Amino acid sequence: MPRKQDDVYGDHISHRFNDELTELKSRFLEMGGMVETQIERAIQSLVDGDSQVADEVRANDRTVDRMEMDLDEEAILIIARRQPAARDLRLVISVIKMVADLERVGDEAKKIAKMAIKLIEEGQAPRGYVEIRHIASHVQGMLHDALDAFARLDSEQALRIMKADKQVDEEYQAAARALLTFMMEDTRNISRCMSVMWVLRALERVGDHACNIAENVIFMVKGEDVRHTSMEEAERVVGG
Amino acid sequence: MNTTVTAGTAGVSERQTATAPQPAREDTAVREGVTVGMPFADDPKFRLRNVEVFYGVDRAIKNISLDIARNEVIAFIGPSGCGKSTFLRCLNRMNDSIDICRVKGSLQLDDLDLYDPKRDVVELRARVGMVFQKPNPFPKSIYDNVAYGPRIHGLANRKSDLDDIVENSLRKAGLWNEVKDRLDAVATGMSGGQQQRLCIARAIAVSPEVVLMDEPCSALDPIATARVEELIAELSESYTIVIVTHSMQQAARVSHRTAYFHLGHLVEVNQTDKVFTAPEHSLTESYITGRFG
Repeated sequence: MPRKQDDVYGDHISHRFNDELTELKSRFLEMGGMVETQIERAIQSLVDGDSQVADEVRANDRTVDRMEMDLDEEAILIIARRQPAARDLRLVISVIKMVADLERVGDEAKKIAKMAIKLIEEGQAPRGYVEIRHIASHVQGMLHDALDAFARLDSEQALRIMKADKQVDEEYQAAARALLTFMMEDTRNISRCMSVMWVLRALERVGDHACNIAENVIFMVKGEDVRHTSMEEAERVVGG
Repeated sequence: MNTTVTAGTAGVSERQTATAPQPAREDTAVREGVTVGMPFADDPKFRLRNVEVFYGVDRAIKNISLDIARNEVIAFIGPSGCGKSTFLRCLNRMNDSIDICRVKGSLQLDDLDLYDPKRDVVELRARVGMVFQKPNPFPKSIYDNVAYGPRIHGLANRKSDLDDIVENSLRKAGLWNEVKDRLDAVATGMSGGQQQRLCIARAIAVSPEVVLMDEPCSALDPIATARVEELIAELSESYTIVIVTHSMQQAARVSHRTAYFHLGHLVEVNQTDKVFTAPEHSLTESYITGRFG
C-alpha cells in the first residue's frame, strides 16, 4: 500500500519526534523556496536592468543566512535530544549539509545582484545575456528539481540532476569562450564582459550546489555516499 | 500536515504534500530461519545452527543460525520478549536451571558441543563467563569475590598465585586502584558501578574465553556505564564478548556487530556501523529509530 511521504519520517512512537523531523523538512523546503526566489529575482534584476530588485535581493540575503543558522540549530537540537539513527540520522545530517549549499546559492544570488547593479551603472548594450538566460534557466531547473527530489525522496530524479550538471559545465565553458571573443574584438568590452563572466560563474556554482543537494538526497534515500564516485557507481546505487 | 510556508516560489507548497515513491526497502515480513546481513563468520568461536528454545510448548527461539567470531563484541538488541536474553543464556547453558526449558539445534564452542549430555556445565561456565543485569557480588570481601572462582577451579596452588590472579583481574576490570587498600572490605558496601566491575573481575578471574553480559549497565549511572563500556573495549582484545542491551546507543558504541531479534527470530546481523546508519531490514530500522518497541 503506498504511503504518504511524511509517513516515512512520521511514524515514531514519540509524536514530538515526528513533529520535529517534519518541521525540519518543512523549514528546509521553505529556505529552498526562498533561495530559488533570490536567484530568480537576481537574474530578473540583471535582465530588466532593475537596480531596486537587485538591492532587495542583496538585503534578503540576511534572511537566508538567518534561516541557515536556525535550521542548523534545530538539527543540532534533534541530535542532542533524540540521538536519531538510520534514516532519521541520514535526514538530519543531510539537512545540515544541504543547508550549507542553499546558503551558498543565496550568496551566489547576492553576487549576481551586485553584478547587475554594476552592469546597470555602466549602461552599455547587453552582451552575453542570452547565455546568462540560458544557463540561469538550466540551473534554476536543477535547483527546483533537487528540492523536489528531497521532498519526494526521489533518488532517480536526484541522479538526473547529477547528470545535468555536466551539461551546465559545458555550457559555461562555451559561454566563457564566446565572451573571450567579445573581449578580444574590443578591449573596451573587457570590464563589462568580466562582470557577465562573474554572473555565469555564479550560475555554474548554483548548478554545483544543486548537484550536491542531489547527492545528499541519494544518501538520505539509499544510505550510500555517492560523492566523489563515478556516474556508473551512482547509477548502481540508485538502481540497486 | 500542518506547516507554514512563507516563501513565494511555486512548487514549495506542492512539495509539502507530495506523495513519495517508496525508497527500496526489505520486506517487513520475517521469514523463519532467514537472517539478512552477515550472520556467519570464518573460523567462529561459536557456531550456532538451527537453534530453537522451548518454554513448555512455547517456542521462544525460532530456528536461529549465527556465528560469533573470536574476540568480537556482538550486541543483541530487540524489544522486550524478543528472545535475546534466552538466546544469550543458551551460550553457557544458564537455561538448564529452568525446568520447562528445552534447547534444540547445534550449538558449538570451538569443537565442543555445548549440549552434549556428558558436558561438565561448571567447566563450561568457566570458559564462558557471565555478568548479569544487577550487580550480584557475594556477601564476602572484595578479595574473596574475585578469588572464589579460581579457588573452586583449583587455578592457584599458592596464596601468592591467588593474589596475582585477584590483582590482575581487578586491574583488567579497572577497579584495582579504587580497592587495593580495602580488599578485605565487604563487597556489598561498594557503589553499584564498582559492584558491577567487581562482578566483571570475578567473571574474568577464571580466565574465560567468552564473557556474556546481560544488560550489564541498566542499573548503573552514566559515569559507571561509561567505565564499563571502556572496559568492554579493553576486554575485547582478549575475550569474545556477547552483550544484551536495551540501550541502542550502547550497542552502537561498544559492539562490532549488532544482531536484531524480533519475536524469537533473528532478523538481521550486520556490522554495527551499518545497522545504525543504513540497516537492511525495515524491522531493524523501525526498532532502532523508535518506531515501535
